Amino acid sequence: MKRLLAALLALLLALAAALWWLNVRGDGDRLAAPVALDSAALVERGAYLARAGNCQDCHTPRGAAPYSGGRGIPTPFGTVYSSNLTPDLRTGIGAWTPAEFRRALHNGRSRDGRLLYPAFPYDSYTRISAGDADALFAFLLGLPAVAQPNRPHALRFPYDTQLALAVWRALYFRPGRFEPQAAQSADWNRGAYLVQGLGHCSACHASRNALGATRDPAALAGGLIPLQNWLAPALAGQPAQEVASLLQRGVSDGAALLGPMAEVVLHSTQHLTPSDLSAMAVHLQSLRQADAPRARGDAPAPAQLKRGAGIYETHCAVCHGDEGQGRERAYVPLAGSRAVQRDPPANLVQVVLGGAFPASTAGNPRPFGMPPFATELSDEDVAAVLSYIRNAWGHRAAAVQPLDVQRWRSSVRP
Amino acid sequence: MAQRLLACTGCHGKDGRAASDGYYPRIAGKPAGYLFRQLRAFRDGQRPYALMSNLLAPLDDAYLQDIATHFATLDLPHAAPPPPRADAATLRRGQALAQQGDAARHIPACQACHGTALTGVGEDVPGLLGLPVDYLNAQLGAWRTGARRAEAPDCMAQIAQRLQPQDINALAHWLAAQTVPAQPAPEAPGPAPMRCGSMQGPR
Repeated sequence: MKRLLAALLALLLALAAALWWLNVRGDGDRLAAPVALDSAALVERGAYLARAGNCQDCHTPRGAAPYSGGRGIPTPFGTVYSSNLTPDLRTGIGAWTPAEFRRALHNGRSRDGRLLYPAFPYDSYTRISAGDADALFAFLLGLPAVAQPNRPHALRFPYDTQLALAVWRALYFRPGRFEPQAAQSADWNRGAYLVQGLGHCSACHASRNALGATRDPAALAGGLIPLQNWLAPALAGQPAQEVASLLQRGVSDGAALLGPMAEVVLHSTQHLTPSDLSAMAVHLQSLRQADAPRARGDAPAPAQLKRGAGIYETHCAVCHGDEGQGRERAYVPLAGSRAVQRDPPANLVQVVLGGAFPASTAGNPRPFGMPPFATELSDEDVAAVLSYIRNAWGHRAAAVQPLDVQRWRSSVRP
Repeated sequence: MAQRLLACTGCHGKDGRAASDGYYPRIAGKPAGYLFRQLRAFRDGQRPYALMSNLLAPLDDAYLQDIATHFATLDLPHAAPPPPRADAATLRRGQALAQQGDAARHIPACQACHGTALTGVGEDVPGLLGLPVDYLNAQLGAWRTGARRAEAPDCMAQIAQRLQPQDINALAHWLAAQTVPAQPAPEAPGPAPMRCGSMQGPR
């Protein structure tokens, strides 16, 4: 009995030691030599990188001082609040060292060693180079300090414990660095570095398992953003030129980026250099396309299609055209649109209910907007008109159910 | 520009001229400064209304300014007001508050800031006529509870907090029942009875 207990104790200790090691490994080599953080060039580079990472968006509640933290990020486990990144000594990161900042980006640990929640996407940021991390830190230290204490997260048990976080990290987080692929072009590698690192595209464009870990993040096979209920589509195999133009202008001849991605365009991608955008697009185009899943669910019934055609005629055709052809440089075409036939059709429901503008950008400063129909069309109406659009003009896709519309009506936007 | 802004006119009516029986306010002809502040407040969350916030989230200040100017410059006739749905005593109470205020409770007359014709003053103070009664009720209620705010000093919030729910109801019904003058040009700004953050300073 005693020996059994001793063995159990030893096993527990070994597990605890493994858990501890899995959470601190990789710390040592990050504590490198100090750098001169006050160089204007470094600060400017950091400002650019912060745009590339869209750091300000999560770290600034709507209308608050930039980077003062406190924006709630809704997750299935509760709400995570972003932290104050201004150089305030007490409430911000003014007292941090460059090494501590690198450890937060690369290893997801705060200044006091606490484990950070992966809503802060350090599983991507672990690939940011040490030099870029220092530039980001230099930029943040140059911001006006704002005294704004961090707001505690509102997570449910057991997700609110450091132990749960340690187990999650042991299961799903590996500190790493970006490994360029010699067989690929410099452009491709630059794109991969931005997409997999600072850009943290996989935070939305990969699906997540039951514990919120991304599945195969490098493949960017797409996923429904939890709670927000917008579909971040698969990014593989899209024509590079169109992707680069979409990221820069927010619209292309045949498509528009809407919803959460329009905000990413506004705050982040429109400010990137054409060469960085083109590098990202080249990398994305090269990703292996998953076999398109064939239409899930049933084809729409004739009665639903008839009802849908009537609603289209009344509300949609005036802009999108009788044949779904749209109007050049104004209203996107629906005929032949990839977005219209995607599954699940969450984005279509969101756009019809809530309306949408693409981002205002230097290349498209006054975008055309789509009106909201939430107050005008019932769940059945929305399902019918979308089922019609998804099966007109040579399209073939599953029917949209009124229940889907009802479910996605109550979505949360941070 | 109207082609770009069909997203707005779906609720606010053709050309931003709302139907008189709906909830959504007419935006055509409201002062540009006021409209810009409201658009920015919706986008940045100071004026909470999820539909507007989400719709405006991807737009920058320059476009919001263009949108405000577009609707401000529309000069469209007003429909006749709907017949009042309140009794005579309620309407008299509303009229008294709008035209005289209540000095004992430190409530200035609406006219003191919104113009003698109540059709707005300058770039920043909106007219109060030609709006649906439900909208007026909801807005005054929101100012009173703090759900609607403006830049400090937030004079409209201070005034609304001095109003009783019955005052708000009376004001909403009286204002909604008034005929809008044929030429509702905003008056030039004069001295205001209170300091208001939304009437001065940088936009």
